[in-house]
Amino acid sequence: MMSEGRANKFGFAISRSRLIDYDATDRKVREYVTLREPSFRLCFACGGCTATCTAGQHTSFNLRRMNTYIRRGEIEPLREEVTRCMLCGKCLLVCPRGVNTRNVVAVAAEAIRKLGRNEL
Amino acid sequence: MNSELFITPFNLGLYFILIYSVVRSTVWFRNLSRPDKLRLQRGFFGRPFMDSLREIFSESLLHRKIFKKNPLLGYMHMSLAFGWFLLIVFGTFEADFFGEKHLNPPSHAIFFRWFNPDHGSEGFARIYGFWMDLLLAFILSGLLLAVIKRFIPRMMGMKKTTKHTWTDRIALTSLWLIFPSRLLAESFTCGAHGSGSFLTGNMGAALASFLPAAEIAPVFWWLYSLALGTFFLLLPVSRYFHIPVELFLIFMRNSGITTGDRHSSYTEVQTHACSSCGVCIGVCQMSYAAGIHDIQSAYFIKGLRNDRDIAAITANCLMCGRCEEVCPVGIELGPMRLIERRQGEREDHKLRLAEKYTITRRRSTLEKAPTQSYGYLEREEPEKAEVLFFAGCMTHLTPSVIVAMKKIMDSAGVKYRFMDEQGGVCCGRPLMLAGRDKEARELINHNSDIIWKSGAQILVTSCPICYKVFRESYYLEATVMHHSEFINLLIEEGSLRLGYLHRKVVYHDPCELGRGSGIYDEPRAVISYVAELQQASQERNMSLCCGGSLGNLTLSSEKRALIAADAARTLTVASPDELITACPLCKKTFAQATETKVSDIAELVAAALPKPAEIAAKRRPARAAVRTSRIG
Repeated sequence: MMSEGRANKFGFAISRSRLIDYDATDRKVREYVTLREPSFRLCFACGGCTATCTAGQHTSFNLRRMNTYIRRGEIEPLREEVTRCMLCGKCLLVCPRGVNTRNVVAVAAEAIRKLGRNEL
Repeated sequence: MNSELFITPFNLGLYFILIYSVVRSTVWFRNLSRPDKLRLQRGFFGRPFMDSLREIFSESLLHRKIFKKNPLLGYMHMSLAFGWFLLIVFGTFEADFFGEKHLNPPSHAIFFRWFNPDHGSEGFARIYGFWMDLLLAFILSGLLLAVIKRFIPRMMGMKKTTKHTWTDRIALTSLWLIFPSRLLAESFTCGAHGSGSFLTGNMGAALASFLPAAEIAPVFWWLYSLALGTFFLLLPVSRYFHIPVELFLIFMRNSGITTGDRHSSYTEVQTHACSSCGVCIGVCQMSYAAGIHDIQSAYFIKGLRNDRDIAAITANCLMCGRCEEVCPVGIELGPMRLIERRQGEREDHKLRLAEKYTITRRRSTLEKAPTQSYGYLEREEPEKAEVLFFAGCMTHLTPSVIVAMKKIMDSAGVKYRFMDEQGGVCCGRPLMLAGRDKEARELINHNSDIIWKSGAQILVTSCPICYKVFRESYYLEATVMHHSEFINLLIEEGSLRLGYLHRKVVYHDPCELGRGSGIYDEPRAVISYVAELQQASQERNMSLCCGGSLGNLTLSSEKRALIAADAARTLTVASPDELITACPLCKKTFAQATETKVSDIAELVAAALPKPAEIAAKRRPARAAVRTSRIG
């Protein structure tokens, strides 16, 4: 990966939050989730799920952010995030894109588990 | 004469299956839990034994339940089961009375005509021969229907017929061969000896007129014996194992054994008692409304029996419970699926033929490693209240239901506290339906704590999903009531004054409230009190699922929409003014699937309330009597 300093030499600035470090991220989870729950790709990150989330009222759980973690392959924050959902299904009903949100969480949790056992 | 060689295949098969059945049921018995063993032992010397005999007669022989579903299908099963039973019983009598000696080996009765070719030409024996021919004709008529059913299932009221494995197919072929070969064998023998009654006699005479009957007869006796022997040998590895196993299942069930929450002998017995008849396929909305034909209970059980990886089948079910209502064997399909959902991932293991015979215990249940944890939930200190109202997650998405419930309770003067006004914690049922009981337990403990601390005597909930889990999995002192029950109570004790709405409405039984919790009458009583209730073609225990069920984690929104549209169409056939349901999830799902107005029962009742000014003038305190606790 090109370091920030070198990039700046060419006159480009890199915003940290937009940086995807492919050495540190793992796309296997995204691939697993998209294969098992294709509707995951329909998400346009409107945040309706997060607004209605039952678990979100008690903690910082944020399904929209979780989806970003999956897409980017940021496993470490995802590992934490995925444990908080109660599978209550409110997000399923508010989703304007018909994403099967509960299954996204369930499949992501499964992917993390398999990743830990080197089965992914 | 008894040393005829052709009886060997039959004898082999018969003694094999008898010994095998005894050994297998002994192992099943030994693997039962101690309390279940005691239940079975007590049952053996008590009423359950007599009840079982009665049930075995009406279900295993007469097939009463299948008769109710479709008379032709019932006749087919009855003629094969009851007919064959009678043929064996009367065949044994025949051999014992008319044979050379009494107490013969079974083969003597089965091949009676071969050993006594001249029998039945006069007197009582002639009448008896007529009766035996009649029984054979009875079975053959059923067999004809069975063959027709295989090719035109619709004729027997079956939408689809089950796809079978190769062992099932061979067993089926040998079963189909048994009776025609007996008919031909007896006919040829009778033809050669000029004996026999209306069926074997006439057919034998006709065949003997142009064929060397005496020479051909042994061929068919061999075929008859081989068909029987093959059938018996394949019985344990085919679906026909249900014939002996169902007897055991009936006795176990009548003794009070239930499925519970893990694999046991009882789930094993239920797995083998499934006849793969396919009645469950016909009623499955996933099949006829959403076009998914490979996940129905018959296939689920078959996957279990053959130890296949059925995780996808297990997960892809609405858990609506319609199949369980119609299952002629009475298998607890819902609990069986939940047990399998709790199971960790199972490796796909294709059983070899020999493995299917071996008696191994089901691999022990590995509970899924917890993936969820709710340590972030903070303990709450609720205010004291006599009546606690828990709206539930889904109800928060239908605020009109909450508004209606508030109006109703205010109008009746109920002093209540709104437990999850600021958004509570999920009841745990969705996690349980996903097979995550351990995690659900965390949520259950959190909510129980609040309910106990509030000192509530009545816990009212607007969501049938919560209602079911509150009743079944929470240990509470408070009486749990669905709001339809609570409103009915308020009406009965006279604290709720309601007008009459001149509307025609149809009621939809939510799965978790109706089949799930047995609440059918209270919502109907409430609705009839304020409006005109129309009948629906599919109601009460055969009510349709709205398609929104949380029981299915994997079903896509497109398929859900298909199920919802089909269910809404069926419900609104008589064009009612409103479609009433008692579940916020059903309300949300139906609202997108039909033009008809969809309301919750609470909204209907709230519309029938007098104007607020009248309430203020005539307010009376509620005396919400606490019913005897149903929580066990």
